[in-house]
Formats: sequence, structure tokens, C-alpha cells
Amino acid sequence: MKAAVIVFPGSNCDRDCKDAIERSTGAKVSMVWHAETALPAGLDMIVLPGGFAYGDYLRCGAMAALSPVMSEVRAAADRGVAVAGICNGFQVLCEARMLPGALLRNAGLKYVCKPVDLEVANAQTRFTAGFGGKRVVRMTVGNGEGNFFADEATLDRLEGEGQVVFRYKDNPNGSSRDIAGVVSERGNVIGMMPHPDRAFEPELGSADGALFFQSVLASA
Amino acid sequence: MKATVHVFLKPGVLDVQGKAVENALHGLGWSGVSGVRVGRVIEFDVAADSKAAAEAQVKAMCEKLLANTVIEGYRAEVA
Repeated sequence: MKAAVIVFPGSNCDRDCKDAIERSTGAKVSMVWHAETALPAGLDMIVLPGGFAYGDYLRCGAMAALSPVMSEVRAAADRGVAVAGICNGFQVLCEARMLPGALLRNAGLKYVCKPVDLEVANAQTRFTAGFGGKRVVRMTVGNGEGNFFADEATLDRLEGEGQVVFRYKDNPNGSSRDIAGVVSERGNVIGMMPHPDRAFEPELGSADGALFFQSVLASA
Repeated sequence: MKATVHVFLKPGVLDVQGKAVENALHGLGWSGVSGVRVGRVIEFDVAADSKAAAEAQVKAMCEKLLANTVIEGYRAEVA
């Protein structure tokens, strides 16, 4: 498996993602700067990492979504490559309209940083198939604007089509219908606020995140 | 020409910042305050041959970058 982590100015989980993917799957991971206009050939997975891309100025992810490398990410997604946006990466994918909805400021106004239990709402996706019978997994959130919002019709459609992948057991940020992660209609683009890259070894409090990266490897 | 763009969260989208400011105003004794919404104003100069051309450019900028129309509405003025 070959993976790439996109690095925006202000990304801060890029190296965590690289380590997490390498240690969970043995895959080779390239770091790709936001100004690049080409991606390495033969990628099986692209990760947009957490952080504060472009300082989160204007809106979280707004300017990152328009950076040069994103046309390549979009083209790769159109070819069926797995794309995962984690935390800030989820915000970027929503701003790029590669996923529906948007992330608002947390309902409680606080930056929330803690482990959370997630219900695996759809275990059939290429990102969750490796969870097996495990229906509740633990990862860590760290966000000030992780409050997933979409209009009611969109939420109904997401639920109806099985596009809700993770739900918070105890909603930390006011997200509509407890949604923590959603997948695109085609199933190859996922956005999630919790960090699998902060939960890939028992020493980190949970190794469930490793299963996320291994799921993508198995489907590659 | 000078462009001024006002961006606000759409009605129905929870504005927690507005809510916090409203609570602070109540705390200071202005109990008659309600419906506080916090938005942003973006000002810039734009070169164009006519006001209509400038307005068209500014509208495109709003749709592409300045506002996220999933959650925000905008009002643009060119003078």
C-alpha cells in the first residue's frame, strides 16, 4: 500500500498520520506539500491531517480547500482512491464540497480534547470493514469547530444511504444527530473529527485507530 | 472601486458566538437584548470597468471563497 499525507501550512498532525499509517500497516507514506500540482503515482490512500491549515483564517479549511494540491486530491478521489480527512482535514473536505455539510463552532463554545467512544454506524465501508464485530471504538477528539451541521434533508439522506460512518456515544460538540464521521456517496471519501492517528497503539489509550488504516489497506 | 462584503450565519444555523455575546450583554445589565448574531465584514478594492462588472466579480468571490453558502449568507456592496 502506498499513502500520501497532504501538508498544508498550519497542519500539525501530518507526522502523526505518517507514523500511524506506517506503524499500523507498513505502508510507504509520502508527505506532499500543499503547493504541489502532482501526487505520487499509484496511491491507495490520501490523508488530509489535523491542524490549522492556513491558520484557519476566514473559516476552517476554506483556503486549504482551494490550494493547488486539492485539484489533484479531487481527481484522485474521482478515480476511486481512498481519501480520509481527519479533524481539520474533514473541514477541508467539506469546504471543498467533496463531502456534504460543514463544521460549526462547538455548541459548548469550548475546545474539546478527550478520548471519545464512537458507534460504528456503518461497518461496511472500506474504512471500517476491518473493525469486524467491534461496534464501539475509542479515538480522541481535539477540536473547537467540530460541530457537524447539514440541513435536515441532507441529514436524512446521509442516514438513509448509510453515509453516517461514526456516531458519538456522548456528543462532545453539538454535532447534528451525533455524527462524528461521514463518507461520500461513492464510499471512498471519509471525513471524521476523531483522530485514528492519536489512537493506533495501546500506549495511546486505544489501538482502534490502527484498524481504520488497516481497513483501507485490506481494500487496496 | 470599494467592495464591502457582510457574511453571516444563515437563520437556523446556531451562532454560538452570538449567543455568548448576548449572554455577556445580559450579564452587564442589558436585559432587553436578544437575537445577537456575530458575522464578519470584508473590505477590499476591486479594479473593474463598471460597477456591474465589479459586482459580478464580488459575487463570484463570495460564492467561491468569502462565504460558505452551506451555512452562511452574504450581502455585497460595491461603491
